[in-house]
Amino acid sequence: MTAGTVSDRPLEQPESASAAVHTEKLTKVFGSITAVDGLTFDIGRGEVFGMLGPNGSGKTTTIRMLCGLLKPTSGAATVAGFDVKTQGEEIRRNIGYMSQRFGMYDDMTVFENLDFYSSLYGLGGDKKRKRMDELLDTQGLRPWSGQLVGTLSGGWKQRISLACAIAHHPAILFLDEPTAGVDPAARRRFWDMVYELASGGTTILVTTHYMDEAARCQRIAFLSRGHLIAIGTSEEVTKQFGQPTIEEVFIELQRRDEGVTA
Amino acid sequence: MTPSSWRRSLLWPMLRKEFIQMRRDRLTFALLIGIPVIQLTLFGYAIRTEVRNLPTVVLDESRSSDSRSLISVMEQTQNFRIAGQAHSRDEVRDWIESGRARAAIVIPPDFQRDLKRHRTAYAQVIVEAADPLASSAAISGAALAASVRVNAILDPRSTRSPPVEVRVRPWYNPALRSSVYIVPGLIGVLLSITLLLVTSIAIARERERGTFEQLVVTPVSKTDIMLGKLLPFVAVGYIQMTSILILGRVLFNVPIRGSVLLLYVLSLGFIVANLGAGLLVSTLVETQLQAMQLSVFFLLPNILLSGFMFPLDAMPRVAQWISYALPLTYYLKILRGILLKGVGINALWHETLILIGFATALIVVSVKRFSKTVT
Ligand SMILES: Nc1ncnc2c1ncn2[C@@H]1O[C@H](COP(=O)(O)OP(=O)(O)OP(=O)(O)O)[C@@H](O)[C@H]1O
Ligand SMILES: [Mg+2]
Repeated sequence: MTAGTVSDRPLEQPESASAAVHTEKLTKVFGSITAVDGLTFDIGRGEVFGMLGPNGSGKTTTIRMLCGLLKPTSGAATVAGFDVKTQGEEIRRNIGYMSQRFGMYDDMTVFENLDFYSSLYGLGGDKKRKRMDELLDTQGLRPWSGQLVGTLSGGWKQRISLACAIAHHPAILFLDEPTAGVDPAARRRFWDMVYELASGGTTILVTTHYMDEAARCQRIAFLSRGHLIAIGTSEEVTKQFGQPTIEEVFIELQRRDEGVTA
Repeated sequence: MTPSSWRRSLLWPMLRKEFIQMRRDRLTFALLIGIPVIQLTLFGYAIRTEVRNLPTVVLDESRSSDSRSLISVMEQTQNFRIAGQAHSRDEVRDWIESGRARAAIVIPPDFQRDLKRHRTAYAQVIVEAADPLASSAAISGAALAASVRVNAILDPRSTRSPPVEVRVRPWYNPALRSSVYIVPGLIGVLLSITLLLVTSIAIARERERGTFEQLVVTPVSKTDIMLGKLLPFVAVGYIQMTSILILGRVLFNVPIRGSVLLLYVLSLGFIVANLGAGLLVSTLVETQLQAMQLSVFFLLPNILLSGFMFPLDAMPRVAQWISYALPLTYYLKILRGILLKGVGINALWHETLILIGFATALIVVSVKRFSKTVT
């Protein structure tokens, strides 16, 4: 992984075949809004990759295109080596996704949700039961397994979402603001879990508005108005902008943004 | 599981999930079953009150003991309340047009003479039948009941006694609709309403709650998602249909002259057509509210122009053309054919094929339109 770059200069790419995620001028236009504009970046296998940017900068839209939930307007992307435009089904089998909005079934119990998603990911019989036991234990969900998901608090909702997203040991995990509205202890626990997954070889793309979480990522990408503004380790990015912390970079970026509009 | 387990159908987990949710969502489930029951019962209640004590004017041109006895028997049925006497047909018209009477009993001058000569003696019940759903339907039943009583009371001993025939002449609604005629249609209308609404809302609800996005990133195929939504509602449709049939029989004495099995088999095409329309609606909307609005937009012509409310041949040409494009039009023929006329498949294959065509087309189009993407 090389140093930080800005969006109008093409990145020196690592071999895309070995990249977990590769995008090339990825663009999404909604009517008059260009939500994602010519995004080009790579995520290496086993990397924890953070995506930052103000509200509406295009993070969710990017993830949705990578998961096959939205068709790119132009550009290309591969996930786990599969083309997002033509190989959606292959991609779905190899990824896990936690949407920004809580997506579990409120009127089903923790156990029923986990059972449902494990089944959809092709698990069955003993294998499913074993995996579900494992997830209930590692996520500490066992005591809540009979409780309706709608009645859980934020931290536990996050855990059941994560459990469902990793039931099938996905190669790549997309986490869209997984820790929004979650207390600090639960956030720390969550990140321990993320590192554990990464050390097991899972590639992770995570979006966040917490700067301490950004610092935990191996590399981060800054998005602003759909453009990739900066990419690299947090040191590289802070250095590039001559700011002491990522938070300062963020605020500086937003100030530039507003300068452009005014 | 082997690697081939990926290709295994994921319909079963989808169905299990739908049933779990349906079981939890007691309110919706109760409504699905309860609404037809409530509507039918209300309908029945409206008819009952209508039938009882209908203000009636009498034109007795026979002025005989037999005619007076007939009138008193009719009054005893409590379907009619004698509101006054008229002395001419014009007066009868006045009574009804002014609303002082909603029915008239007219006994012609030769009533007694015919009876004495052992000929059929005619009496006439004229009914103000402008309200097709309630009054006319009810009155025909009442008049029939009256005629049965009349026969029994006038001559309880003899079986070869001269028959008395009370002829019902509905005014303002020549194609008299009886409840017997309307209840079968109601099966079709209620099925249409609930199936279309629940299917379109079920998918819109997943989109609205955000569960759709999480669902469609899994390997589950769109066919499995759609079948998972549809199949439980096929069951709901049959449960609804059964409850209306039973109630219709109990409350309205709706006959089931043909084969119930045939009716259930032929209903499948109609049920699937409605579920297909519901799916199609769901692919066109984002929210539950929009789903509901668009469903109503689909439903209105079905209810108004299918022949449920107004007879097909009394409708303007354009409305008739539209009616040919509505699944309910054909299903009504099947319902009335089997229940009222007792006809078999031979008389209904045309309608059946058309319904299968509708079902196939709607499912194909909606599967094509349905996409595993979010907007
Ligand atoms: N379905 C859509 N139709 C129209 N515009 C959309 C749609 N989805 C997103 N947008 C627009 O695209 C832009 C990027 O939105 P996106 O949700 O990707 O931002 P984000 O970075 O995830 O923001 P946040 O931090 O608030 O989650 C926004 O201006 C948004 O209004
Ligand atoms: Mg977002």
